[in-house]
Amino acid sequence: MTRPELICPAGTPAALRAAVDAGADAVYCGFQNATNARNFVGLNFTPQEMAKSIAYSHERGAKVLVTLNTFPPAGKLALWYGAVDLCAELGADAIIVADIATADYAHRAHPGLRIHLSVQAAASSPEAIAWYVREFGVRRVVLPRIMTVGEIAGLVADIPCEVETFIFGNHGLMVEGRCSLTTYATGQSTNMDGACSPAACVAYDREPDGSLATRLSGFTIDRFGPGDTAGYPTICKGRYLAPCREDGYYAFEEPVSLNASAMLGELIAAGVHAFKIEGRQRSKAYVKKVVAAFRAAVDAIAEGREPELADLVALTEGQKQTEGALKTKRWR
Amino acid sequence: MTDASRTPRGPRLPLPPLPLFLLDPILRRVARKVAAENPDLFDRLGEHRHSWFLIDPVNLPFMLYLRPDPDALDFRAVPKGATPPHAARIAGRFLRLLSLMEGDEDGDALFFSRDLTVTGDTEAIVCLRNALDDVERPVAETVADMFGPPGRIALRALREAAARERQQAEAQP
Amino acid sequence: MAELTLGPNLFHWPAEALRDFYFRIADEAPVGTVYLGEVVCSKRTPFFDDHLEPVAERLARAGKQVVFCSLSEVVIARERKLLEAFARQEGRALEVNNTAALLHLQGRPHRIGALMNVYNEAALAYLARRGATHFALLAELPKPVIAVLAEAAKTAEAGIEVQVFGRASLALSARCYHARAHGRVKDNCQFVCGEDPDGMALTTMNGQLFLAVNGIQTLSYTYVDLMAEMAEMAAMGVTHFRLMPHGCDMVAVARAYDDVLAGRIAAAEGADRLRGLGIAAPFSNGFYHGLPGHEWQPPGVAAA
Repeated sequence: MTRPELICPAGTPAALRAAVDAGADAVYCGFQNATNARNFVGLNFTPQEMAKSIAYSHERGAKVLVTLNTFPPAGKLALWYGAVDLCAELGADAIIVADIATADYAHRAHPGLRIHLSVQAAASSPEAIAWYVREFGVRRVVLPRIMTVGEIAGLVADIPCEVETFIFGNHGLMVEGRCSLTTYATGQSTNMDGACSPAACVAYDREPDGSLATRLSGFTIDRFGPGDTAGYPTICKGRYLAPCREDGYYAFEEPVSLNASAMLGELIAAGVHAFKIEGRQRSKAYVKKVVAAFRAAVDAIAEGREPELADLVALTEGQKQTEGALKTKRWR
Repeated sequence: MTDASRTPRGPRLPLPPLPLFLLDPILRRVARKVAAENPDLFDRLGEHRHSWFLIDPVNLPFMLYLRPDPDALDFRAVPKGATPPHAARIAGRFLRLLSLMEGDEDGDALFFSRDLTVTGDTEAIVCLRNALDDVERPVAETVADMFGPPGRIALRALREAAARERQQAEAQP
Repeated sequence: MAELTLGPNLFHWPAEALRDFYFRIADEAPVGTVYLGEVVCSKRTPFFDDHLEPVAERLARAGKQVVFCSLSEVVIARERKLLEAFARQEGRALEVNNTAALLHLQGRPHRIGALMNVYNEAALAYLARRGATHFALLAELPKPVIAVLAEAAKTAEAGIEVQVFGRASLALSARCYHARAHGRVKDNCQFVCGEDPDGMALTTMNGQLFLAVNGIQTLSYTYVDLMAEMAEMAAMGVTHFRLMPHGCDMVAVARAYDDVLAGRIAAAEGADRLRGLGIAAPFSNGFYHGLPGHEWQPPGVAAA
């Protein structure tokens, strides 16, 4: 039985060290600009921090995968190409890309640099993946969070590259990389600017009736009673009214987090090469706890033991969790 | 439910009922010390280093007023009711705010659990949180060390109280 | 001279109504190209199968260029087979909305649809070198990006198409939100999306009309209107302007845009005619002007 790599998030150098120390096989992180899809204030790495972090990781046997997973808008390619060059120069173990031009540039300019296809590329079929492998020599694909274990197993057998799946963290149902909801509400584009629901556009407003409204650029995304747990206002996790519904309902998705800890064995049997934990925007405390728990679980399964799973619910958004799409396609 | 009924048993908050002007020199020293130990913090704050933050421990009689600007660093106590101009305000019970400053507590979990209320410039608060999260040694520890063994004892007591308060909050239906 | 096109119908209309809609377009609408085919949901495809050929013939006889569109979301085996069959069609103009089709179309001429992520000149040139002859652009692109892409398309001798009318596609999902709204899932949806010929409005908890649900697709509540911007875009090198089918009088919509494009009437008069068609939702042009997509910037106002 192969033991999948554990791929862990880092929003800051401190989080990266926490992930490596807690047993990450690889850490993924990005630069402080629009080249990555978690372009939030106060987050991410300067080139100097990236160099130090790569050294720290390599000394401890861990890899660093750099996310360049946004789409350079016309006229601004230099920023993305420069980031690719920097990754090659700093000795990053792979880059995670979504855009055709970025992948093509990396493939031509740095043939030795490993390319992983980001979930933002939305390659959800063997044919789409095969195209990216053929065109750019992609070595691994990060699968969209919409496939069942059965579908993943079929895919692994069909495609000429490694497969990485998400096992924990924020769980959106919009096809990643094909969503302009944030641009529609705020004018900031998730694909081009690297931020879904940017904090600058977020407001928590106390309503006259005592409820708490969460807003994105003036659009009410949800409203919470005095005792309720309030979520961050992400459009696809919001509550809305529809003609066929009496009350507000989660039109797209409940505010739940993916937790596939009970399905790790099945995913390993399906031939998945790497498990990914979401959360570059989360704190290092989150990183430490989640990475340590999954490190122990993956090792236990690989050694034929029953995994003991720490209770990760408190760390999940809105305090609810789901096995997401992995179990069944009845959610579609 | 009244605020008092939720106060955890255990050590009382070790902050003496000082007139606020006596607190200010201590707060300034704290800010200078944290700043000196963590120069990268300000890079991470970017333009938000010029912002005024109002930190409102709802169960204490004063608020903290912070401008994390290395060139014009300011950290002082202000009385409740006299709200000074600020970019963003974060309010919550003192021990929860302390937890946020700690490396071992997940700030997002706190945000999601609504124990903290953010008003004003959400980005500024998120930025401050992200910047503090990259600080290797928890800010609270830096502060406690400034006061030697009594400071560390006080911090341990506060942490225990914070953990109890958290457990109590989680135990509620 | 730039020309008008009619984009693929995104909604689930009764097959006969859709057939009659296209017959009327063939007879009356001043559009040069009509895009046919189901883009949103693979479950809807069988309904129009029998009408596709006659509609295509009638449109072609009326002098319209007919383009066949692929599905946008391709995951399950049936969708993959549909896409492969789509890509194997000979002698037809094809518009691709999922990367998977590119695997089959290697080297053969094809169009890139408005749901494909072409954000920059290098991606456009790359695809053009592999057979793409025409690019319909994403709804969220602002003017400076469109300008550079139009320039790149000129170099590649490819067409560039921008949507100027109708709800903007904002997101795709594997989940059907129409089914979900009615307490169902995609497998037992009973084609409830057919109840909403222009999509199902979603309103915020504060009563603000926000989005429109169309099966697995999320659209803007507002209707894009870039009538007044067409002249500027044509000067930038945009070759085609796309009208998206809606339940309103699309022949009247096409005539208004055509009159403005040809310079027979001023953009202001065209705008008045468009607003007289009984479209309940507000119009928007924010994406083009680099603003939040739902916003409307009155013509002649420079971006802040």
